[in-house]
Amino acid sequence: MILVGERINAGFKDIREAIVNKDADVIKEWAKKQADAKATYIDVNLGTASNKPEDLCWMIECVQDVVDTPISIDNNKPLMLKEAIPVCKKPPLINSTTAQEDKMNELFPLVAEYGASIVGLVMDEAGSPKTADKRVENAGKIVAKAMEFGISPEQIFLDPIIMPLKYMQDQAVEILNATNQFKLFSDPPCHIICGLSNISNGAKHKRLINRVFMAMMIANGCDSVICDVMDDELINTILTAELIMNKSIYADSYIEAFKK
Amino acid sequence: MDIPDVKEKWIGKINEITIGATKEDGGTRTSVVKVGGHTTLPFLTFEGEMGNKPVVAGFISDVVPDWPDAVKKAIGDEINNPVEWAQKNVEEFGVDLISLKLIGADPAGKDASPDECAKVVEDVLKGVGVPLIIWGCGDDEKDNAVLPPCSQVAKGENCLIGSAKETNYMTIVAICKADKHKIISEAPVDINIGKQVNILLQDAGFDLKDVVMYQTTAALGYGFDYVYTILERARIAGLKGDELMAAPQICDVAGETYRVKEAVADEDVLPGWGTIEKRAPMWEAVCANVYLQAGADILILAHPDAISITKEVIDRSMQ
Repeated sequence: MILVGERINAGFKDIREAIVNKDADVIKEWAKKQADAKATYIDVNLGTASNKPEDLCWMIECVQDVVDTPISIDNNKPLMLKEAIPVCKKPPLINSTTAQEDKMNELFPLVAEYGASIVGLVMDEAGSPKTADKRVENAGKIVAKAMEFGISPEQIFLDPIIMPLKYMQDQAVEILNATNQFKLFSDPPCHIICGLSNISNGAKHKRLINRVFMAMMIANGCDSVICDVMDDELINTILTAELIMNKSIYADSYIEAFKK
Repeated sequence: MDIPDVKEKWIGKINEITIGATKEDGGTRTSVVKVGGHTTLPFLTFEGEMGNKPVVAGFISDVVPDWPDAVKKAIGDEINNPVEWAQKNVEEFGVDLISLKLIGADPAGKDASPDECAKVVEDVLKGVGVPLIIWGCGDDEKDNAVLPPCSQVAKGENCLIGSAKETNYMTIVAICKADKHKIISEAPVDINIGKQVNILLQDAGFDLKDVVMYQTTAALGYGFDYVYTILERARIAGLKGDELMAAPQICDVAGETYRVKEAVADEDVLPGWGTIEKRAPMWEAVCANVYLQAGADILILAHPDAISITKEVIDRSMQ
């Protein structure tokens, strides 16, 4: 499973203050904690704390000062990305594009040039799709466009766009159905990623909902997640779901082995 | 439109392990053996690097094994003396290293003492310059007594010592750490236990980059396909990035072949099966050559004809 650590995000108060005050220690500490928790990528999100490319680059450098985990750049503005991607020591994951032509035409050349990967949100000009079919249609557009730029399926992370269970209860099943069909686009397939915390947005039993939905997503082919990598129960659920899907070989100490 | 590239893209690499230590590295070996280092399935060089070629270890034991006369005759009188047998393996049969099985330690057999066993190890190390694999007799309790002195007399020689099992691994971890040897991790044709043993070795502080996996070995006709698929599945897992399964693999082909009737019974017992002189080495060679395709890195062989056929197949497959 590809784990993208979500914590370095200006949506969190401590990170927002760290960006404003240029307090590198806070960023570095979260980078280390998430790397220790086996994050595959560390997401870096400037949010509304700043719109300066140099601040985004500073955050990336803070992370790279303490860990060698690749970066997920949570930003979709080409001008920002043009500055930030070259700062990354390893090919980053760019988060994200949509299925809109102009957006893809701007971002895919950068992905191809730097051998990066990119999250493809399956939404278009009309906004977030309501049905599985529309999600699959938009995903198809992303995959086809990426091929034109010589980007391989392994560089694409399709995101079915997770909607809150509490407010849009009909959506979860559409998302699961769409995810199941994303696998069929190519062999090897694209990655399938989800921003997990959206599913439990506003709900009371957040962690339980996250865990159960994650297991169901994995059952439908999801292999990557943007999540709280420090949530042990969630990680245990992921490890177990992957065993059940025969993605890794069972051993009695599989949980302990992952945490080593 | 371009034809899509259907080659497998592996992300993992099988660990490269060196067995044996020359003078520069604190040992007395005149050569060392490297195995592993693959980034592709066996011999599929269009999908990755084959790394080090598989090697042949010459079987020897402290007491003469219960093998058919035809096999013992093909090896020669040297079979009666482990040092001479080792030397003949190296000088005449051309093996890359020696695998010494201390069968004589078996409490149900000769019940040789730990000191007697250690003496054999010492003598073999003096007698040949190639690296050495040392096995106990398979009785856990006795092996825990026998292997420590054997390890000690081989200190610094970077031997490969077997075997660590799920229920018995602490002694071997301790001696291999103290005397700087590599470990064989053993599982009973069970990929889950194989992985578990490696986790236990790692938990005990042993570096998995110093481990060779042993899923026991089956002779053709006796669970051969089970072992084959497990070797292959372990190799695929390693290449897919499962670091717990990225160890090279060893097969005791000789030890298993001469336990099955097709390889030991003569024509009077098996009419129409051909002479034992031909059939025995063929049975051994066929097993070895198929295990090569599954992902075996070290093949323990005994019959000179099986050794020469297998070496030739390895060389041709590497071209």
